[in-house]
Amino acid sequence: MKKSFFRYFPIFVLPTLICFFIAFFVPFVMGIYLSFTKFTTVGNASFVGLRNYITVFSASSGFWRAFFFTAAFTLVSTLTVNFFAFLLALLLTRGKRGTNFFRTVFFMPNLVGGIVLGYIWQLLINGVLNSFGVDITFAAKYGFWGLVILTNWQLIGYMMIIYIAGIQSVPKELHEVAQIDGATAFGELRHVTLPLVAPSVTICAFLTLTNSFKMFDQNLALTGGAPGRETSMLALDIYQTFYGSVGQEGVGQAKAVIFFLLVAAIAGAQLYLSRRSEAKAE
Amino acid sequence: MRTKKRVLDILWFVLLTLLTVAFLFPVFAVLINSFKGQLYITSSPFSFPTGETFAGLANYLNGIRKIRFFEAFGYSLFITVASVALIVLGTSMTAWFLIRNKSKFSSFLYYLFVFSMIVPFQMVMFTMSKVANTLNLENPVGIVLLYLGFGAGLSVFMFGGFIRGIPRSVEEAAEIDGCTPISKFFLVVFPLLKPITVTVAVLNAMWIWNDYLLPYLVIGSKYRTIPVAVQYLQGGYGSRDIGALMAMLVLAIIPIVVFYALAQKSIIKGVIAGAVKG
Repeated sequence: MKKSFFRYFPIFVLPTLICFFIAFFVPFVMGIYLSFTKFTTVGNASFVGLRNYITVFSASSGFWRAFFFTAAFTLVSTLTVNFFAFLLALLLTRGKRGTNFFRTVFFMPNLVGGIVLGYIWQLLINGVLNSFGVDITFAAKYGFWGLVILTNWQLIGYMMIIYIAGIQSVPKELHEVAQIDGATAFGELRHVTLPLVAPSVTICAFLTLTNSFKMFDQNLALTGGAPGRETSMLALDIYQTFYGSVGQEGVGQAKAVIFFLLVAAIAGAQLYLSRRSEAKAE
Repeated sequence: MRTKKRVLDILWFVLLTLLTVAFLFPVFAVLINSFKGQLYITSSPFSFPTGETFAGLANYLNGIRKIRFFEAFGYSLFITVASVALIVLGTSMTAWFLIRNKSKFSSFLYYLFVFSMIVPFQMVMFTMSKVANTLNLENPVGIVLLYLGFGAGLSVFMFGGFIRGIPRSVEEAAEIDGCTPISKFFLVVFPLLKPITVTVAVLNAMWIWNDYLLPYLVIGSKYRTIPVAVQYLQGGYGSRDIGALMAMLVLAIIPIVVFYALAQKSIIKGVIAGAVKG
């Protein structure tokens, strides 16, 4: 039986697997190899050991600037997005008329693509800054807060939907018990709602974290890294290292490998934390 | 007591209405500016178009001509629909086979697919476009194969998780009836996958429709999808035509709003399911 089933491997798996090798596996392995070489195309790569990585960590490569900008941006947007999304979710789980309409509206920006989002907010932010005689490329702080506002607009509705699902899964009886015991509204939130939506908080925190950390399109459209490359986050910095200057491809690829390792570390932390809370719940 | 509740209800409604206005304002601002002359967009972005500043449809006609908007729309639509269809078909078959064929080789492949989920696109962007170039995949059909390959990880993972929850007894009944694996998959298994199929389709459609860097690097010089075309307008030569940009932003948002209006429930459900699993 087993052997005859495996005969169907070429039909069920092989087509997808071939595409997977072309689009992911081969480029991934080549990418790791190229990060240890100097190259302008794949054909002329010459091995240079760890030199690219040493260049990445030196002050001039811009890696650290992009890293700290990304880290600060990720921290601020994760906190603000989740704070506002949770407040909105609380407002929209009171069973009032019109709730559905409001949810629909708040979720909408999430469907708009990053490039379009970036230009929408460029118009608005430049419109406001215009009255002070500057624009978003004038100083890095404008780009920073512009990206934070944009990310909030994009992700609040998305996280709100997940929080709503979490809040609605809290059994009604628990709220009733709390009210009979004379809990204040805040006490009920603190001791009944919050502990039970903790899994949603983990999910949303990591979703915002990864989304912000890997952001590219919005960054490219809103500031393009300007002024200079001061507002380039890691993903955009890698792109600019690759395509903005000749001879830096190896360094760009090394940056990409480091970026991958950072993203993998975040994913690992998420897996660890969600496994741990699952184990606790059991 | 009752009046207090009424007051709170009204306050709630007023607050959320204000928030709605704030949330919709960015799109509204782009819309009114798309009808204004170029000069007036930068100097007074928050005013309504009046007799002097009103530009009619000039921005739209300009933009459509400059970036060949309808061509871009066609490419975006073809690539998204074809990729999503292929991803749903290819990855559901793959996931089912790898889960049901219990062997070390199968689980190795399964985890290889899952591993690719955490790899950011920048890691492979240069090498993938070189491979695509070598294999002559730099066209709207070729890019569909790349989307299947690069998107396979998440979709195999989501289908796989769902298939694990289907009792084998359902399939065994079909085996007794003498079905081949192919007819068993399409007649018995695939219909059962409908909820997760909707989720996979929604998530991939949102990703591919809005994707910028992959189509830009692989086919951007010849075939522009909507995001690539919008970015081209900005980075293209000559002075920047902000009026055309506004008009094209409006045209780029319209298909998304229509899609959202038609499939709102599936979209929200799909996004929740995707978030919890991913």
